[in-house]
Amino acid sequence: MSLHLEDPRVIEFDVRTDEMLVNMGPQHPSTHGVLRLLLRTDGEVVSQVIPHLGYLHRCAEKIGENLSLPQWIPYTDRMDYLAGMNMNLGLSLAAEKLMGVEVPAKAQVLRVMIAELGRVASHLVGMGAYGLDLGTFSPFLYAFREREIILDLFEELCGARLTYSYIVPGGVTHDLPAKITIPPGLAQLTGEKPTLQLSWIDACLRFLNWLEKRIPEYHTLLTENQIFIKRTAGLGIMDRETAIDFGCTGPVLRGSGVDHDLRRDGEPIYTRMYQGYQFDIPVAPFAVAPPEAVLGDNWCRFYVRMMEVVQAIRLVRQAIEKYPTAEGTHRIPFKQATKLPRKEVYLETECPRGQMGFYLVGVDANNPFRARAKSSSFCNLSVTEKLCEGCLIADIPAIVGSLDIVMGEIDR
Amino acid sequence: MNIQEINSRLVEKFGSQITGQNFENPDPWIEVSVDAIADVARFLKSDPALAFDALNNLTATDWFDADAKKQAKLGDPRIEVVYHLYSYRHKHHAILKVKSPRWRDGVAGQLPQIPTVSSVWAVADWHEREAFDLVGIDFVGHPDLRRILCSEDWQGHPLRKDYEFPLEYHGIRAR
Repeated sequence: MSLHLEDPRVIEFDVRTDEMLVNMGPQHPSTHGVLRLLLRTDGEVVSQVIPHLGYLHRCAEKIGENLSLPQWIPYTDRMDYLAGMNMNLGLSLAAEKLMGVEVPAKAQVLRVMIAELGRVASHLVGMGAYGLDLGTFSPFLYAFREREIILDLFEELCGARLTYSYIVPGGVTHDLPAKITIPPGLAQLTGEKPTLQLSWIDACLRFLNWLEKRIPEYHTLLTENQIFIKRTAGLGIMDRETAIDFGCTGPVLRGSGVDHDLRRDGEPIYTRMYQGYQFDIPVAPFAVAPPEAVLGDNWCRFYVRMMEVVQAIRLVRQAIEKYPTAEGTHRIPFKQATKLPRKEVYLETECPRGQMGFYLVGVDANNPFRARAKSSSFCNLSVTEKLCEGCLIADIPAIVGSLDIVMGEIDR
Repeated sequence: MNIQEINSRLVEKFGSQITGQNFENPDPWIEVSVDAIADVARFLKSDPALAFDALNNLTATDWFDADAKKQAKLGDPRIEVVYHLYSYRHKHHAILKVKSPRWRDGVAGQLPQIPTVSSVWAVADWHEREAFDLVGIDFVGHPDLRRILCSEDWQGHPLRKDYEFPLEYHGIRAR
């Protein structure tokens, strides 16, 4: 066919699109940290995604070999920095499993309370940032407003807002404070005087009461939002077998319909903590799902997280009820210089992003011979290549965001 | 199935390729010879009574110490690869271990070869890349064995016990 240059449409249609390699990241706002995705695209369609990691690699495992286990705790804070408490818990339990000790009931109650509060804070960021990925700004601000109060509560508890090192081998570093000034954010939201003095537990309960009423609002903003549904439902579909094959865990796994949660199905040293607590494990498919949603799509993964917030609040409330009668102290001695027995242990715990595992090898020395942190986000991210095949460029933030990764944990 | 039953099933199928056990450790493990690991892995996944559909963790340890006295306590210098398996169907665990010399043919710098299990569990792809990158193991048959955490031109494998940190990297002082 000859070209008719007078007619611009002809030229337009004769132009062949070229395959291009496009870098998304490492400094891209929707890659949740420093993740570089190399995209092979043809126009808007992505034929291949190659993730490049390691920009945040801080040699955590090498450092772990040169420190005692209590000394390694602060480094775990910096793995999943949105859920430092849960990271601390994972290593502490692994250390206790290696030493063959178990913490008193009071420490266990405190651990459940704090770890679940950490889960709420982490999922709030996950939710808010996911909204941000899809172009809605306000849920992010609301989520951070709520998270701020949790951080204030954590600050009153242990002095740190992000890198807590609160849960340590042997228990937790401090008992709950008897009297604190109400967190400024909470005073503002509930209309209390900013000078109000109350116990930590009272402040926490006031916050939970307030937060619970807000959850339907998030659903209106995101879950039931037509634009949000259009961007998430039916996209990034991962079936049950793929999820298991790629080692996906946590909300990603449950979003694909696998009923598995280590708080119920894990090892005894971990599940004992949760004995006597009533909680449900949200697993896709959901009855309330919009008709466009498919099992294992972005929407399901997102909704699992939303429902987990509700369950985590339930758990915190139950822990608060158990706290006054819990026996023992908040901490038993665990010496810095403890000879680690000649054993190898591996323990996984249910962190907000999935199953974080710690593998420790002792050789009668103070420092572990091998200290390995198996990251849940690392495995969750490995499925990206498969999920993003053939999608549009604009859908990549929607898919990667729904995996809710934290690069600090992936690169360690 | 508990670990003893899993072990006897493997011994029945693979005989002398199952080279040892440790049931005293808090997490008991089964040792498999280097040559058989891929077959054992495939069997563990496909056998309906075992059905280990998930690989929770794959990692490696360098059992080496420059001090001969300390080395004697660690046993022979070796690389150990550990596979933590889980079955969602039967809700049971198993741990496999493979022991290999630190260097192929005893020549320092030649990475030991271990068959890949990335065709059995997809997640092993990245875990093996990490073990290659940090511990220095050549997973034979891996589709894309390149560094994952360190940059591609990095020298050496940092989790080797005799690893020496480079003096500089692209003109940046590193130590």
